[in-house]
Amino acid sequence: MSWRIHAFGLPALVLAGAIAAGAHEYKLGAIEIDHPWTRPTATGQQVGAGFMTLKNTGTEADRLIGAESAASEKVELHEHIHEGDVVKMRPVEAIALAPQAAVKLEPGGYHLMLIGLKAPISEGAMIPVTLIFEKAGRVDVELMSQKQGEAHKPAEHMGH
Amino acid sequence: MNDWRLFPVMFLAFACSLTLGATSALMLPWSNGTAQASAPLALTAATPSATPVTEPQRKVPIGGPFKLLASGGRTVTDEDFRGRYMLVFFGFTFCPDICPTKLDEIARTLQALGEDAKQVAPLFISVDPERDTPETIGDYVASFDTRITGLTGTPDDIFNVAKAYKAYYQKVALDDQGTYTMDHSALTYLMGRDGTFRKLFRPDETPEQVAEIIRQVMAEDKGS
Ligand SMILES: [Cu+2]
Repeated sequence: MSWRIHAFGLPALVLAGAIAAGAHEYKLGAIEIDHPWTRPTATGQQVGAGFMTLKNTGTEADRLIGAESAASEKVELHEHIHEGDVVKMRPVEAIALAPQAAVKLEPGGYHLMLIGLKAPISEGAMIPVTLIFEKAGRVDVELMSQKQGEAHKPAEHMGH
Repeated sequence: MNDWRLFPVMFLAFACSLTLGATSALMLPWSNGTAQASAPLALTAATPSATPVTEPQRKVPIGGPFKLLASGGRTVTDEDFRGRYMLVFFGFTFCPDICPTKLDEIARTLQALGEDAKQVAPLFISVDPERDTPETIGDYVASFDTRITGLTGTPDDIFNVAKAYKAYYQKVALDDQGTYTMDHSALTYLMGRDGTFRKLFRPDETPEQVAEIIRQVMAEDKGS
C-alpha cells in the first residue's frame, strides 16, 4: 500500500449540468452576471462567500471594483491562494474583466466575502448584493443560496 | 497580550519519510520564524519507481497526544478515540469557502463509508481559538454532520496539536480594524485505532476516494 496523490479529474462535478433550482442571470451593459450563488450558512457562521461567473461581452476591459450588501456589515473581494497544501484567503483590489472573456468567482478561487452577516442564510434564500464595476457601474443581483454540490454547475452554464 | 502571539506560529522545519510501502516524502522547508513570513509547505509524492522501503510501518512522526475542548466545554483527548480511526483536519469557522467545502466532503465521506463510518471519528480542530469557542465550533460542525466533533482549546493547546500534526497556521489581518483570517494547511490525516498515523489526504481527493482508502486501511488491520 502506498499513499499517493490521486490525480483523477472530477467528472461528477463537470457533469453536474443544469439544476432544478434554475439558473438566473443579469446584464449590465456589456457585463453578464451568471448565476450568483452562496451557501447556506452553518450555525454560528458569520461570514459568507458569493460566487458567480462574470462575462464581458464588450470590446473594452472593465473591472469589478467592489460590492455592497444589506445582508452583511461589509463585502470584500477575495481570492484564495493555494501554496502547496496551505490555503490563504486574501483581499483583492479588483477583479479584471478582459473584453470577450469570462471570469469565474468559484470555490477555491475568487469570491465576494460577506463579512458580519446580519442573519443566517438558509437554503433557498436570495441574498441581495450590489456589484460595482469600474465602467459599467452598479447592478443589483441576488445570490441564490444553495448547497455546494448543486452549485458547481455555473461552469457549465456559460456556453449559452 | 495574548500568549499565543508570542509563539511564532510557524513550525520548525522537518522532513520525514513516510514509510508506508513505497516512499513518500513530506517536506516542510525551514521557516524563518518571523510572524509575517510565509512558510510554503510542499507535499510531494515519490514516483512509483522509488526505492522500496523496508523499514517497519507506522513510524511516521505525525500526530500525538492532545487535550482539547468540545461542545459544552467537554475535555477531549486523543485517547478517547482509541479503537476507532481519527480523521483529523484543521480549519476555523470564520471561513466562508474552504472549511465548509471540507466539512461537506467529510460528511460525504461518512455517507460513502456507510456502516464503516461507525469506526471513524472525524475531528475538526480550530486553528482560530480566539474566535472559536467550544460552543461555536460544536454547533458549526454539527450543521454538516453530527458525527463530526469540533474541537478548540487554549492557544497553547492548539499550537501543540498543530505542531504534532505538522499543520501550518498563521493569523493574517484583513484590515486595520482587527478583522483577520487564518492561513492553514488543508490536509486531512487518518490515524489508526492505536492513534498512530496511517494516511494523508490532499484537498483534491474526493470523498469517495478517501472512503475507499479508509476501507483499505480497515481491511489491512483486519488481516493483521
Ligand atoms: Cu474571503
